[in-house]
Amino acid sequence: METAIKKNTITDKLLAEFEASKPALFGDLSLREEAMRSFLKQGIPNRKSEEYKYVNIDAMLKGEFSFFTYRPLMVKQISNTRFLKGAINIVLVNGRCEEKLSDMTSFPKGLEIGYIADASFNEVFQKHFSKYADINTDAFIALNTALANGGAFIHVAKGAVIESPIHLINISSAEESTFVNSRNLIVVEENAQVKLIESFESVDCTAKTFTNSITEMVVEAGAIVDYTKIENENEQGYLINTTQVYQKEKSVVTANTITLSGSFVRNNLNVALDGEHIETHLNGLYLTNENQVVDNHTLVDHRKPNCNSNELYKGIIEDKSSATFNGKIFVRIDAQKTNAFQSNKNILLSDEGTINTKPQLEIYADDVKCSHGTSTGKLDADKIFYLRARGLSEISAKKLLMHAFASEVVDAIKIESLREYIEEKISKRFE
Amino acid sequence: MLSIKNLHASIGGKEILKGINLEVKAGEVHAIMGPNGSGKSTLSAVLAGREEYEVTEGEVIFNGKNLLEMPPEDRAREGIFLAFQYPVEIPGVSNVNFLKTALNEIRAYKGLEPMEAKDFLARLKEKQKLVELDGKLANRSVNEGFSGGEKKRNEIFQMAMLEPKLAILDETDSGLDIDALRIVANGVNKLKSPDNASIVITHYQRLLDYIIPDVVHILYNGRIVKTGPKELALELEEKGYDFIKEEVGA
Repeated sequence: METAIKKNTITDKLLAEFEASKPALFGDLSLREEAMRSFLKQGIPNRKSEEYKYVNIDAMLKGEFSFFTYRPLMVKQISNTRFLKGAINIVLVNGRCEEKLSDMTSFPKGLEIGYIADASFNEVFQKHFSKYADINTDAFIALNTALANGGAFIHVAKGAVIESPIHLINISSAEESTFVNSRNLIVVEENAQVKLIESFESVDCTAKTFTNSITEMVVEAGAIVDYTKIENENEQGYLINTTQVYQKEKSVVTANTITLSGSFVRNNLNVALDGEHIETHLNGLYLTNENQVVDNHTLVDHRKPNCNSNELYKGIIEDKSSATFNGKIFVRIDAQKTNAFQSNKNILLSDEGTINTKPQLEIYADDVKCSHGTSTGKLDADKIFYLRARGLSEISAKKLLMHAFASEVVDAIKIESLREYIEEKISKRFE
Repeated sequence: MLSIKNLHASIGGKEILKGINLEVKAGEVHAIMGPNGSGKSTLSAVLAGREEYEVTEGEVIFNGKNLLEMPPEDRAREGIFLAFQYPVEIPGVSNVNFLKTALNEIRAYKGLEPMEAKDFLARLKEKQKLVELDGKLANRSVNEGFSGGEKKRNEIFQMAMLEPKLAILDETDSGLDIDALRIVANGVNKLKSPDNASIVITHYQRLLDYIIPDVVHILYNGRIVKTGPKELALELEEKGYDFIKEEVGA
């Protein structure tokens, strides 16, 4: 490939990997090559790039990486709690779909789930793949589009109402540093309804895993999607999680993003509201401690009139951890009668912790209702005293208050078993 | 049960309590009355363990233990209960869950096992009835969106649940209409026993029509300036606080 590149060992390695893996890549090779060129042009983002200014990606990518690590895990290694009761559980280990560990035998009518590599000849795949996550907007989208070799394809047929939640269990598991590019395509046709869960866990993982995951989600007219992400990797887990949602008229999307652990988590959640009478609800919760870095970047793009978006992100920051919330709302000139609300609330529990919060509203239409608010504070001393005056220790008073703070987001999770699972995780986290 | 000797306390360098002496025995109800700024709320805050107040002199012994050395939770676990003048709202914490945690931490302090779920529920039901608290309120977040009267009733409900040895009611009557006042007082009276005691702090005499005190103290400028039988409250109501000011020569 004849592109002038800066001398950079990481990009060199990524390019070499691309050349080596080319014959095995699924889908359209010319798209892959275009994506690689775009990546090389953009380079690995550094602190000078506005979108990544609070993180040092270069440092995370130091050293040797393997790009595909096969780990034949046993069912018993994946504890039962990770499988959600009543859900269709699909296990992906380092991006690779493990059919033996998954509920792949039969699906309800109107539902199709497969390994993304096997779906590349599917018409639906060809119509939608890489049409929403723009390779020229983000180096990691470009890199993923070039290198993706794993992930799931989910298709919900027109009018199908899928009762059981679909749970994609993304497992990072490695003995040597591994770089995973995982890619999901989710297409929900007109008037269909589906509940999706994506969890990120480390299992039997003793080395660094750097996961660059992208989910493209198409939500056609009148469809309803409930989507929850739970990020719960270990201290060796580095995760860039991009979700690109494209909504058509009268569709409803609720996206919950719960970040509990992992050394570094970067969420890019971009939603395009490309039709009238759309509803979009974004809820986020991040509980950071030790040296964790968690970045949430959201973009709500109101393109058409008469739509509602509502965003609530809450965080509790402990120790030397750092969190960023960057929420953009675009209201385009045609998007009259837009209602767009955003709120970011944080509790900072230590003097060494950092929170960067940046709401960004760009409004080009004149008949809209938009608001944003942000707050950062400590736990309320009056509340702590009140609880202690009833016999609770200072620690349990604080725990109870942190739980209460988080509950506003957790309560937005409608799937009961999932909500219980998350509550349990939060309880453990505060122990 | 409670013995306060020469208690001095200040906040932000300003002395509020200037030598309080008070003895409360089991089975007694004491009323502490006084005008605004006399130190009534400071006294209750110091007894409950609010850290903003600095005790500069004196001692407080509660059932043989030095109360002032204990953190607020241990005071509660030893049996002190403060019904707050302004109960805080705690969105997201359910009353029931909060009370269960409180009860079990108090039990653990005494070396007891956590309460059985069915025993807890039975007690919940019984005490709810006692203070005429709507079951829906009990299940809601602590005081969130409660009216003034509901908040005060919830304080008495918590008191009933935790069964303290010494209850301190800090201006529990403020902001209550006559019905709410009756319910709150009724709750307090039903909880009275030969083993426990109460200190009722109030500005007005009207609460004392419902909760009959054994002893009335008048707090003025950080000191108890007069102590007498329940009739003292009536006298105070009749003559107003000015008579005290004249009497103590202020």
